[in-house]
Amino acid sequence: MSETTTAAPPSGSAADAGDGARAKGPGLLGGPLGRNLGLVVALLVLCIVGAITAPGRFVDVDNVLTILRLAAVVGVVSVGMTFVIIGGGIDLSVGALVALSSVWATTLATQAMAQDFHWIVMVFTAIAVGAGAGLINGIVIAYGRLVAFIATLAMLAAARGLAEIIANRRTQIVQDRGFIEFFGGDVLGIPTLVIIFALVAAAGWVLLNRTTFGRRTFAVGGNAEAARLAGIRVQRHTVWLYVLSGVTCGIAAVMLMARTTTGSSTHGTLLELDAIAAVVIGGTLLVGGRGTIVGTVLGVLIFTTLGNVFTLNNLSSSAQAVARGVIIVLAVLLQQRLAAGGARPRKKARGAATSGSPAGALPGGSATPGGPAGARPGDSGGRPPT
Amino acid sequence: MSTSVASPSGGSPLLSTPLLEMRGIVKQFPGVRALDGVDLDVRAGEVHCLLGQNGAGKSTLIKVLAGAHQPDEGEIRWDGDRVTLGDPQAAMARGIATIYQELDLVAGLTVADNVFLGRERSRLGITRPAQANRAAGELLARLGHPEIRPTAEVGSLSAASQQMVSMARALSQDARLIVMDEPSAVLDAEEVDHLFQVVRDLTADGVAVVYISHRLEEIREVGDRITVLKDGRTVATGLPARETSTAEVITLMTGRTIEYVFPARREVRDQAAEPVLEVQDLSLAGRFRDVSFHVRPGEVLGLAGLVGSGRSEILETVYGARRATTGTVHVAGRRLRPGDVAAAVGAGVGLAPEERKSQGLLLGEPIYRNITLASLARFARGGYLSGGAEKQAAREQAEALDLRPVDVDREVRTLSGGNQQKVVLARWLLRDCTVLLLDEPTRGVDVGARSEIYALIRALADRGVAVVVVSSEIPEVLGLADEVLVVADGDVIARRPADELDEHQVLDMVMEGAAPVPGAAREGDVA
Ligand SMILES: Nc1ncnc2c1ncn2[C@@H]1O[C@H](COP(=O)(O)OP(=O)(O)OP(=O)(O)O)[C@@H](O)[C@H]1O
Ligand SMILES: [Mg+2]
Repeated sequence: MSETTTAAPPSGSAADAGDGARAKGPGLLGGPLGRNLGLVVALLVLCIVGAITAPGRFVDVDNVLTILRLAAVVGVVSVGMTFVIIGGGIDLSVGALVALSSVWATTLATQAMAQDFHWIVMVFTAIAVGAGAGLINGIVIAYGRLVAFIATLAMLAAARGLAEIIANRRTQIVQDRGFIEFFGGDVLGIPTLVIIFALVAAAGWVLLNRTTFGRRTFAVGGNAEAARLAGIRVQRHTVWLYVLSGVTCGIAAVMLMARTTTGSSTHGTLLELDAIAAVVIGGTLLVGGRGTIVGTVLGVLIFTTLGNVFTLNNLSSSAQAVARGVIIVLAVLLQQRLAAGGARPRKKARGAATSGSPAGALPGGSATPGGPAGARPGDSGGRPPT
Repeated sequence: MSTSVASPSGGSPLLSTPLLEMRGIVKQFPGVRALDGVDLDVRAGEVHCLLGQNGAGKSTLIKVLAGAHQPDEGEIRWDGDRVTLGDPQAAMARGIATIYQELDLVAGLTVADNVFLGRERSRLGITRPAQANRAAGELLARLGHPEIRPTAEVGSLSAASQQMVSMARALSQDARLIVMDEPSAVLDAEEVDHLFQVVRDLTADGVAVVYISHRLEEIREVGDRITVLKDGRTVATGLPARETSTAEVITLMTGRTIEYVFPARREVRDQAAEPVLEVQDLSLAGRFRDVSFHVRPGEVLGLAGLVGSGRSEILETVYGARRATTGTVHVAGRRLRPGDVAAAVGAGVGLAPEERKSQGLLLGEPIYRNITLASLARFARGGYLSGGAEKQAAREQAEALDLRPVDVDREVRTLSGGNQQKVVLARWLLRDCTVLLLDEPTRGVDVGARSEIYALIRALADRGVAVVVVSSEIPEVLGLADEVLVVADGDVIARRPADELDEHQVLDMVMEGAAPVPGAAREGDVA
């Protein structure tokens, strides 16, 4: 990638050598990698704390699998959420969509069909319900021009209400043995749920980093007007983002149905908060235009591990909640530091004097009186809330 | 760009039927008729200049052409066929590429991503970054900027480099018509020359270029024909660019004759007065080194140099927006804490930044709130703001700067580019500063309003304000300032009274990066 600029003119060749050296770390991994490294360190510290405070019980294959199994459901939803947030939106309805999908996929009618045909019917139902609700979200937001926060808040209320109506507030048992054996089982000792999470995360990574869809997601969230002028159909793209989030909710519903062997209108309660927190901890900017799947996955793992360490030490869930809050704030503060210190000198001058400077970074952060460069024209000074 | 070269003389029209014809275009915004029956015809292989005052409708017209705005009336013919450009894709599909006035890039994406945004190099939806990087690198090299890395994040580039990325994007489309809306505003003289070379290459290949600029000398250099807009109407079209006199063009644009002059300097400067701004050995690692100067009350100091030579950084460091590595700044004898904007503002320092969208304006707020933002204390009593007084003061500034429209309740978002610049300027002119730092105060401002701005700056100085002006237009620095510092690659290479310098001397200095021996090469034609 970096050999493209070697044909430098004589005037700037010395400076270009310096530039070229920096270009070796490809842009794709260069910036986010540093930030993700911080997350890895945080995760390791957590593990060490776990290993010290609960020796034997923490470092245990079963315990690790439990953590991963718990992380899987939030993780799948968070991958969809990452796309929505990078695209400049937010989806508060994910928890409710998981509930609705799980209920719809376990009604007597659906289960009867599944019995006649194959349990795959339940999977399709759950995903279709999630996608359909996401489609509604997307259309209302993109074409109805409703603020995403409000539109998905409304969907949150409506979807959970609908789930209650369908289930009649009863918990619906999954009857199909095949379904439970498939999703509740494992492959070579790795739970199927964890494998699904890994597959979704990998697919999400490819979609975000290696496809035109992903590239355009960054553009739509980073500068919607520029995206429109570049010929991207911003509204249609936005709809797809919410459909994608809905699909991940459907998948998460299937996973929850397998884990709990039930479909219930209380599934996924407050899941949206966990997902958003994981995404933000993972370094995705709430104003859009920036973010990584790897960061999100790490964010999910950090959260789940934290809960596990607390539980193993018999600490109350209230203490856990406080700790989560603190961690979110700390993580975001840290992210901002890294983002401000690691990049963005506003001016990169031509000529040897400046481009030869060490990484061109300015200590002390944002050099300009204005807002962050990543902010869209509309939200002047918009920083992710902490 | 493998089109066979059909016209050796590069720039002479190839065909008699216009490539593009726009007739009677009308565009109505809430409260403003931005276009009120505009005609434009562009031939293949020509550089067609579009001129007009700030707010005349130039950008609106080219947005209609780019499919970004839908006209309310009028027809567009492309290659003789009537077309509807319903969205940007439709325009691009026909071979119309546009470089917008406001940099229209995604800050978080890389250079290559931006160049190919919407037309990504991909196979089956999977992007091919290596290919895109290579192609983007070639385009940038063609534009004379091989040092811009395709993998660099656009948000970290200077405004000039970002302009090059926009340009590379337009080139990458293999367009038949390229529209450039004030591309030279953020470029320095050398880069403008390079831009013109690219334009000539394009027209030699039969590509048409629509060129918008407020610098009339550029029009004469690169243009073939001129269309002049005034208040949303075409007042002249098809004027020969080289033969039409500047005075005539200005009269067409403004409806009056304008003496393009600088206000008189004060006859005798008070050399005894204590300097109000003293900068001593100021350095910012990697940007500039050991900059020292002082400005007395009533003085205008000009910083000349190339874009990227460190002039803006010097201002920003004095202001405290960047933390100096070494050196001191004293205002009225008191030392300012480095990197502390609040301290600088408290001491009476004001900075009008060069980039309005990212640094200066609250786009969704009304004009008057933007203008009074830096002087709110003046309009507040016990924290309660008096809207009436605020608006009155804002209106006076707006009128003085020839803001159009002078309706101070409008959202800044809806103003034309040059008028947004005037709002930033108005804010700092309104504030009672003792030291005023102006970074490119006339960028994108039309000829009419320029004279007003010059007069205002001089009037402020006469009231005892110390002014520091950065400008890429050397005649502007020389005409406006009392003293000039020439900056090259982060070093101050000369300090002279402005009336002892001429444009060529300054250009030579900034190009060579060193000052000649004083008095050695002085010519007699001092302005
Ligand atoms: N989105 C909008 N909403 C309302 N009014 C607008 C909008 N865009 C432009 N206008 C108005 O239309 C008029 C023409 O603006 P335009 O941007 O075309 O001017 P311009 O000739 O490009 O000026 P400049 O030289 O300053 O760039 C101005 O009065 C402006 O306020
Ligand atoms: Mg304009």
